[in-house]
Amino acid sequence: MNNVKGFPHNQGVHVFPIIEKNDLAAKVYRYIIKAPNIVKKAKAGQFVILRLYEDGERIPITLADWDEARGTITLYVQAVGKTTIMMSMMKAGDSLMDVVGPFGVPSHVEKGKTFVALGGGFGIAAIHPIVRAHRVIGNRTISIIGARSKELLIMENEMRAVSDDVRIATDDGSYGTKGFVTTILKSMLEKNEPIDVVLAIGPVVMMKAVSDLTKPYGVQTLVSLNPIMMDGTGMCGACRVVVGNKMQFACVDGPEFNGHDVDFELLTARQKMYSPQEKISLEIFEKICQTQEQRETAAW
Amino acid sequence: MTDKIDTQRKLTNKERMKISRHAMPEQDPLERAKNFFEVPLGYTPELAIEEAERCIQCKNPKCIEGCPVNVKIPQFIFHVAMGNFELAAQTLKETNALPAVCGRVCPQEEQCEIVCNISAKVEPVAIGRLERFVADWERASRKISIPSLAPPTGRKIAVIGAGPAGLTCAGDLAKLGHTVTIFEALHKPGGVLVYGIPEFRLPKQIVEAEVHYLEKMGVQIQCDFVVGMTRTIDELMNEDGFDAVFIGTGAGLPYFMGIPGENLNGVYSANEFLTRMNLMKGFEFPNHADTPVPMAKHFAVIGGGNTAMDAARTARRLPWAEKVYIVYRRSHIEMPARKEEIHHGEEEGIEFLLLTNPTRFLGDNGWLVAMECQKMELGEPDASGRRKPIPIAGSEFVLSVEAAIVATGNGSNPLINKTTPGLAANKYGNIIADETGKTSREGVWAGGDIVIGAATVIKAMGAGKKAAAAMHEYVMAKK
Repeated sequence: MNNVKGFPHNQGVHVFPIIEKNDLAAKVYRYIIKAPNIVKKAKAGQFVILRLYEDGERIPITLADWDEARGTITLYVQAVGKTTIMMSMMKAGDSLMDVVGPFGVPSHVEKGKTFVALGGGFGIAAIHPIVRAHRVIGNRTISIIGARSKELLIMENEMRAVSDDVRIATDDGSYGTKGFVTTILKSMLEKNEPIDVVLAIGPVVMMKAVSDLTKPYGVQTLVSLNPIMMDGTGMCGACRVVVGNKMQFACVDGPEFNGHDVDFELLTARQKMYSPQEKISLEIFEKICQTQEQRETAAW
Repeated sequence: MTDKIDTQRKLTNKERMKISRHAMPEQDPLERAKNFFEVPLGYTPELAIEEAERCIQCKNPKCIEGCPVNVKIPQFIFHVAMGNFELAAQTLKETNALPAVCGRVCPQEEQCEIVCNISAKVEPVAIGRLERFVADWERASRKISIPSLAPPTGRKIAVIGAGPAGLTCAGDLAKLGHTVTIFEALHKPGGVLVYGIPEFRLPKQIVEAEVHYLEKMGVQIQCDFVVGMTRTIDELMNEDGFDAVFIGTGAGLPYFMGIPGENLNGVYSANEFLTRMNLMKGFEFPNHADTPVPMAKHFAVIGGGNTAMDAARTARRLPWAEKVYIVYRRSHIEMPARKEEIHHGEEEGIEFLLLTNPTRFLGDNGWLVAMECQKMELGEPDASGRRKPIPIAGSEFVLSVEAAIVATGNGSNPLINKTTPGLAANKYGNIIADETGKTSREGVWAGGDIVIGAATVIKAMGAGKKAAAAMHEYVMAKK
């Protein structure tokens, strides 16, 4: 890894070692990272910002779990752009240059509620600690998790451990209900199953679909927004979203908001703000990796 | 560079005042608009000595009081005139931990130089340029002296924010023998000096060197640590054993204008644009930095302050930028930016659309394509003492731009206030503090933009200095 151009040795300025790394499904990786300062304050619904190396960008990742005794946090990251792919090439023992947080307003957890959480794709990682927080205070927790197919579903066991009931949907029907997580929620709502609060975390289309679905039923619905972000302290305004016609900064006012009030169209547009640049960045990186591979093959 | 040049000429005051004020050599405007290297190149030792000889060493110098950190100006200039740059540097550093920064970004023309006694007859001594020269000489000569530190007091002090206020406060407290830790939210220390002020005005290497100097004095800097989130002030004081806390978190909350279209892709706060370009080195994207920057051809920067000039001049340097406009609602003389910055911007080809105010941003499919503006005229002076801009009916026009950078000011960041019970703040969120920076909370001081609202680097440094003196008294009296 350290041979790849533009990926210098960590200079040990701020060191956050990867203790464990697992390759899950669909380019999703699980990282257990040493970050004792963050563990002390971590709460469900919060996120961290990380940076891999000196020239790297800052990216926000929701906390999936943390371990007070070991001083570690657990992150699930899908390798889709330059930074996340680069991260997927790191291994246990390598260190991230920066991990900072926890950021954001923690999830509001109130006793005496039936809590239904929907997680799509690696969004399941983000609902995990929130479901657990509800479970811990004695709320009934139902988790609806989904993926395109059975092999791509992550965290089933972890979710079972923190939920009273886990319901599964796959697009192709290879596991659980055929369809989307909304298919399951829809039938629950139609059957008038008791639901006090719904939380949805996943791609914007999914969070919008859930919010549209619950609105006529008047069920409180929370979504965790993932706009482009930089500092995480409310200083730059890159992560601004519109909720109930009001400008909010997802990093300090969120990331959780009332799904019925969110301008999802704007969020979708703003997520594409740097798409052309991200493409360029990835192409250059892939070319470097290819050259590197060819060189290594030639050396054999 | 020569160590010492023995050129102490015996000059009369008349002769001294006959020497004309020396300009600094600068990079050619057309050349520098294509690069991010520093614009002024600094004095040579010969130029510095001659400029220093213009100081008449008056009996009643006003410049020291004009300086928010009370640099012993006549004294350091005397050493420069004698060619004794090392002594000059030591004199500077007695009161100013960041001379290379101040020599570059201080508005000397409204502080020390405006009260220079010779300015009644001739141009004032170029104090800022001399300060810069001395600090640069010291760094280049590697003869950086560490001031003598008082014996350890056993007192622990936390400084929140590694910007100008925090760095100054930390430096003074370390000198007094206290154990000082600075907590910084970003991954690099420097605050606005690294995320806000561009490389061509303040090379980051200089900030690093001045921060390193503080570290050599024993100041600990903990980056990636957000007080308010990673730890609260109460935890720092009650659990971590800090005897006092200084808050220097700056004015980190961008204002938007509340006009239609400001969430379109292509509309940025100056904070976002500058942070991408400076802290994240976006100007080296995509080869040596991963943080993307706007690829627009036409940029409009809204505002007339130093931040607006920084944003416009930064945009100008992007190879793909064809046109960069400053859009400001008042006229040239009301612009709050330093004259020098405006002048540099003009030289570099920035177009100034004055008496012009944006009314809405126009988009296509979510992306900014143009800005509707309105012409203004000036009416009676308003509360700020400047003439109030009044829209001219029917004067609307459309300006084609794909990037608009809003540089109309900053509020105070609420993170600390929200997480520190009992810390009094005004309606704008500025922490309320007395002249020494003492807040409503026992053992907690604050200074810089978080107290006075967006201001200057040197004012923040002055506040850090005053607070350090008061905090020293407080912790020493504490049992």
